[in-house]
Amino acid sequence: MIDDLITAMGAEFVQLSLTPIVIGILAAIACALPGNFLLLRRQALIGDAISHVVLPGIVAAFLITGTISAVPMMLGAGAAAIVAVGMIEIIKRLGRVEPGAAMGLVFTTLFAAGVLFLEITDTSSVHIDVQHALLGNLESLIWFDAQGWGSLLDPVALSTLPPQLPRLAIVLVGIGLFILLFWKELKISTFDVSFAEAIGIRTKILSFALVVATAIAAVAAFDAVGSIIVIAMFVCPPASARLMTNQLGRQVGWSVVFATISAILGYVFAGYGPGWFGSPYAVSAAGMIASISGVILILTCLFGPQRKRTGQQAEA
Amino acid sequence: MSFLDYFISALFLQAGYNSALVAVGAGLLGMSAGSAGAFIFLRKRALVSDAISHATLPGVGLAFMIMVAFGSDGRWLPGLIIGSAVSSAIGLLMVEWITRKTRLTEDAAIGAVLSVFFGFGIVLLTIIQTMSSGRQAGLENFLLGSTAGMLISEATTIAVAGALAALFVFLLRRPMTLVAFDPEYAATTGVNVRNIDLAMMGLALIVTVIGLKIVGLILIVALLIIPPVTARFWTNQVGSMIGIAAGVGGLSGYVGAVLSAAEASLPTGPIIVLVAFGFFLISALFSPLRGGLASALRHQRFQRRVHRRQGLLSLSRREPIYDGLTLRILRRSGFIRRDGVATARGRVAAAKAARDEARWAVARRMLPEDSAVEHYDGLTPIERMMTPDQIAEIDRMILDQQGGMA
Repeated sequence: MIDDLITAMGAEFVQLSLTPIVIGILAAIACALPGNFLLLRRQALIGDAISHVVLPGIVAAFLITGTISAVPMMLGAGAAAIVAVGMIEIIKRLGRVEPGAAMGLVFTTLFAAGVLFLEITDTSSVHIDVQHALLGNLESLIWFDAQGWGSLLDPVALSTLPPQLPRLAIVLVGIGLFILLFWKELKISTFDVSFAEAIGIRTKILSFALVVATAIAAVAAFDAVGSIIVIAMFVCPPASARLMTNQLGRQVGWSVVFATISAILGYVFAGYGPGWFGSPYAVSAAGMIASISGVILILTCLFGPQRKRTGQQAEA
Repeated sequence: MSFLDYFISALFLQAGYNSALVAVGAGLLGMSAGSAGAFIFLRKRALVSDAISHATLPGVGLAFMIMVAFGSDGRWLPGLIIGSAVSSAIGLLMVEWITRKTRLTEDAAIGAVLSVFFGFGIVLLTIIQTMSSGRQAGLENFLLGSTAGMLISEATTIAVAGALAALFVFLLRRPMTLVAFDPEYAATTGVNVRNIDLAMMGLALIVTVIGLKIVGLILIVALLIIPPVTARFWTNQVGSMIGIAAGVGGLSGYVGAVLSAAEASLPTGPIIVLVAFGFFLISALFSPLRGGLASALRHQRFQRRVHRRQGLLSLSRREPIYDGLTLRILRRSGFIRRDGVATARGRVAAAKAARDEARWAVARRMLPEDSAVEHYDGLTPIERMMTPDQIAEIDRMILDQQGGMA
């Protein structure tokens, strides 16, 4: 009888919750991986800026192509991210403005332009709006044709998986490979730019590649989970991981663990949590995942073994 | 009435009491945002205000829920403002706490607070959407701002609070300037840097919460950043920078609100931000102090002076000139003919340049301490930097040298 119960719950679980959870995990890890390096390079807010400019990029791609297919939108968003990074550089140099202000100026302006374009052009027929851009639609990425766990081996059912899942999986593999292949270079140039240049590492190209990887992660994750998770996952899991260890490899490992926990717990609390309080409605999974990552960060701030700066240990 | 007619009449406050009040309120908000933002910009903490503004969302949601629990419809603006102020203050203190107590840098703390508070706020909003009581429609307007259907009492609240914030900036301008430029010196003169920093961010907080309704919490940070960056292109002085930033912010708020009143379907926040960006763009291109055009012209003028000088020196040494730009400049000044042979004027100018170069060479060797020599750039004629007496002295040294050699 218990077996029957498990299969019955399993079927529904696979159909409704498995794909959103997996997509959430993939998105969280894809953002957390480059986030580790951005954090150590004090560029944590690049992720914030990029996820804001994804919206105008998508709107621009829609205006140019007139369709709402994935490839032009991802290209548009990627292009917008690169344009934004270029604008930030120009304003920084020309105005001799501090990076934070240049960044804030660029991403608010581009975001405002995106919202305005969205409002004045007739995009009501297609499914892009500001809400969606912020929140994503993780809950709706269900797997209609799944009959149960057995569907994972059924090629027909597998072909009806939400397209975001394979896309994010490819992006995650790509980012993982980038970090793995350039591990030594990334590590050295993150901690000591001058030394990296002295031993012949092309640090400028490498930082640009890191920004591109960040943009790709942001764009791919954005489509599925919205920009809140994207910003939260760029910053929170790596920041928590930073308080756990002094070694880059372990830090990356911890950030993957924290990202995964946030994605799973966030989705479960959002979907099932309100039921525990007797409410029939679910709350925003994207918001909940971000909130859980914040709780993890607070816990590591309070108890992380390496939370203090060096030399600050004695102070209470 | 066409859009343009309406825009013009609204611009001069002729389009009805309500839209006039909104426009004035947005203008006052922009002025206080610009002036408060100027200090935050000088303190290089522009993005802290981004964390503050995103951290307002849970407060808006909780205030709404509490007001509904007490039986109101939950849309009383002062209540929502107080709620957002409390939660963004918590967000601000979290940023401070994380940077002070842990090894994380401020940018990481900003990113974390911003995204987590915002995410939690969205969770609250989705709970509110399922509530049966209260009029929850319109809470999303706090994301991007809206002046459509604004009540007169709301506009008055915003206008009064904007004026108060501007007054607050005026009263605190001296300690804030001191802290923005030299926190160590400020500390030695007895200013409490941490409190002033908090006051500065408190100002950003006030601007943010009163701007929620008009600009929205995602874009309000633009009103704190763009006007000071724009002002920085026009001046090197704090006082005038704050004035210009307040002016740019006020104009952006005013013009943006009028534009969006003329086209009611447009969200107000993005328009105000784009108007502000327009001011920035004009300044970045055309400001005589640092603008792109001015520095391109300066660069070109400098390049021409270098080519002219080096060309004349080559002429005097009878060296061939190959560089196209040098040849063009010399030809246009009438120093050489089309075939490259020096004209009479060219020979005079070349001899003058050679003499100047020789005088400078001696001056730099014999008088290394002279203030004129310290400003030597290889281009300015020595007559402009030294007195005739000094030059006569230098010429005597040159003659002595030549005598010595002969």
